Amino acid sequence: MNWTTTFLTQPVSWVNPEMPDKPIGDYIGGLVQHSPLNNVAVWQIEDKHWQQFAITAVAENLRWIASWAEQADKQFIVNACFEKQGIYIVLRTVINATKPELPSQATVYPAANRSERHTQDMFGIHFIGHPDNRRWTRHQAWDKHQYPLRKDFPVQGEPPSITPPDTNYDFVKGYGAGVYEIPVGPVHAGIIEPGHFRFQAVGELILNLEERLGYVHKGIEKIAEGRTPDSLARLAGRISGDTTVSHCWAACMAMEQAAGVSVPNRALFIRGIVAERERIANHLGDMGAICNDVAFTFAQMQFTRLRELWLRTNATVFGHRLLMDVIVPAGVSRDVSELSCELLKQDIVMLKKELSEIMPSIDLNSSLEDRLYTAGYLSPEIAAAFGTVGYVGRASGQDFDVRRDAVYPPYNQVTVKVALEDQGDIASRFWVRYKEINASLKLIEQFINLLPKGDISMPWITPSTDSEGLGIVDGFRGEIISYVRFGDDNKIARFYPRDPSIVNWPALEKLVLGNIVPDFPVCNKSLNGSYSGNDL
Amino acid sequence: MNWLIAILQTTLFVALAPLLAGWLKRCKCYLQNRKAPSLLQPYRDLLKLVNKQPVVSEQASWLFIKAPYIIFSATVLAATVVPLIAVNLPTSASADVIVMVGFFAFARFFLALAGLDIGTAFGGMGSSREMTISSLAEPAMLMAVFTLTMTASTTNLSFAISHVLEQGLVLRPSFAFALFALILVAIAETGRIPVDNPTTHLELTMIHEAMILEYSGRHLALIEWASQLKLMLYGVLIANIFLPWGIAQTFSLHDLGYGLLAIMGKLAVLAIILAIAETLVAKMRLFRVQEYLGFAYLLGLLGMLSHIILEAAR
Repeated sequence: MNWTTTFLTQPVSWVNPEMPDKPIGDYIGGLVQHSPLNNVAVWQIEDKHWQQFAITAVAENLRWIASWAEQADKQFIVNACFEKQGIYIVLRTVINATKPELPSQATVYPAANRSERHTQDMFGIHFIGHPDNRRWTRHQAWDKHQYPLRKDFPVQGEPPSITPPDTNYDFVKGYGAGVYEIPVGPVHAGIIEPGHFRFQAVGELILNLEERLGYVHKGIEKIAEGRTPDSLARLAGRISGDTTVSHCWAACMAMEQAAGVSVPNRALFIRGIVAERERIANHLGDMGAICNDVAFTFAQMQFTRLRELWLRTNATVFGHRLLMDVIVPAGVSRDVSELSCELLKQDIVMLKKELSEIMPSIDLNSSLEDRLYTAGYLSPEIAAAFGTVGYVGRASGQDFDVRRDAVYPPYNQVTVKVALEDQGDIASRFWVRYKEINASLKLIEQFINLLPKGDISMPWITPSTDSEGLGIVDGFRGEIISYVRFGDDNKIARFYPRDPSIVNWPALEKLVLGNIVPDFPVCNKSLNGSYSGNDL
Repeated sequence: MNWLIAILQTTLFVALAPLLAGWLKRCKCYLQNRKAPSLLQPYRDLLKLVNKQPVVSEQASWLFIKAPYIIFSATVLAATVVPLIAVNLPTSASADVIVMVGFFAFARFFLALAGLDIGTAFGGMGSSREMTISSLAEPAMLMAVFTLTMTASTTNLSFAISHVLEQGLVLRPSFAFALFALILVAIAETGRIPVDNPTTHLELTMIHEAMILEYSGRHLALIEWASQLKLMLYGVLIANIFLPWGIAQTFSLHDLGYGLLAIMGKLAVLAIILAIAETLVAKMRLFRVQEYLGFAYLLGLLGMLSHIILEAAR
């Protein structure tokens, strides 16, 4: 028995005084429980209760996770995913395609804001009462009345020969004496992804920050349609280059559930090893980048060096520095030999030794401390309200980790220690990463020691039409969920990956408030959202 | 003859400035466990920039195009005031340290205007920050310089250096204070860590670099060169005022050669110290700069007080 049972049977008098003591399940009306997805309950409700459910859910401290839609004949199916205490539910409703509209959940969950706007741009579903109805993913590459994820829209699109600049976006304006605007990006001086940041500042103090993303929209959801499982796995591995393993894993997990394929134990352990190696490589890079943004180049050079050594071992053992395409549907593509296991173990010893030399010199540096402590503060309340995950959430006291709280193999055979800090500043996000590196090193060690013998992949079983799957894994940025529905003939009908950046990016707008303009880059780096994963 | 040597000295100044920048970069690379580029890399970079066609915004006025020449010339003129390898040269005799500070202010004025001229958010931001910092740095610099000039009873650098040489090695508390004040000011004025980061790509954190973001080609080369020159100027100022030994007092070839070697050695050591300092500390928050420069001013003031109390009475 978990919270979902009590959730449905509790009286809703506090939601609707006209119906005292009526259980939520009855009140919501027509709530149908579908067969679960990956042990995740699927509740179908009527569209008119969509917002009411969110109001009830937020009062019960459910975390909003993702929302996505799909087209089915003359109807749209809209889904939203929630979580509490490691138990996930998928909320579903069906709306008519002739006048597609749905009460907005963004009024209750600020985290749902951009996702609903994305759905609005891609499907033309109008969200009634949405607090911000500006376009989001749509820039100028397609017309206002074209909806790329509808079935009648061609896969290659109808792009103009030269995409016009995205000029008429209605940014929030600041007024008053001494208030000025700083537009930054989308093209930046460093080698980073494109994104636009619009500041309003008085002197150096940031009054408001508005993000404008979508510059790396690649149409991942559209080009996923009609793919075979192998080819979808490859695509998922390219949603965000630094998270290739975890996205690929989430997509494969979803497909394997849909097809009812069980993955051999040895493959699961290898997946665990590569996922943790990916986490470590990225955290090393991030820690260096944070130091570099406050001009502490020494640390950056050291972390970059360590990351490079780490990636070279990836190339030797798994054939790819970033571990792309190691995970494939129903298994993994590379086995690890005894010799490789030795190499991986030596790598762990090397990294531990190096970090034990570098970290004290960073910890004791007061000039670094002066920059990182108290800067970019994200309160636990805001972190919870936006449903931030990964190191951003964990640095603000959000004690959640899929690997522990909604455990999936191989993590059920080891103990996962979740790094936690509660100061909510850049330093906390720095130290959470360091703690996670240590935890991941221990995990890799255990995986290698427990590595079972056997096959590394199973034959694929063609799933039946309309079978669905939901993959939930913990990437280095936090929880990734991946929804897959199969169509006929082993072909993908719908794929929606939710990168953790989608819930973490909005937190940046809040955590920079009260900071000064020159501190923004290091605030941003401490969050390190993926532009590509957000824009899809 | 004297004028010839004065011109030679200024030419050396201009010619050696990129070398100092290259050496500083090399020291930093070593300290960061990196392979260093060649010592001549700054020269190659300047050559590369000179050969490139500058790209100028349509919104730029004449000021934007002329500013690099003005900035470079003003910095070269400032270099004529500072004795590099020899004292008692006609150029350094005719202008004093106040003139040198004036040349710096003149160059900065045009740099800040050029930053504003183009109308980008970053240029304006950089100009605003530069002016904030320099308004704090200049009083601190003058206070440190006045401490020195009170000892020598002159504001002329050449005479002041001769005075220190005549006195021999005397431990003066006022000089110690002034030295530290001048080092702090020099770091702020030349845009080094912890005040500014000359190698950053983060527009929002920039001060000096934000003003010159729109420059390219030979314009950028001139500004970069002027920055290298300014760094060397401050280095020479510190080296030759506080440790003038080795500088040529006559114009014999032997003395001049010895003077050149001496100043190169002193600058090399100063660059190593700067590289170590830059490796050890992170850049400070922008709003800490006022405390930092306030401290420099305080040191200058203490230097002057200790001169009056301890030294002037005798």
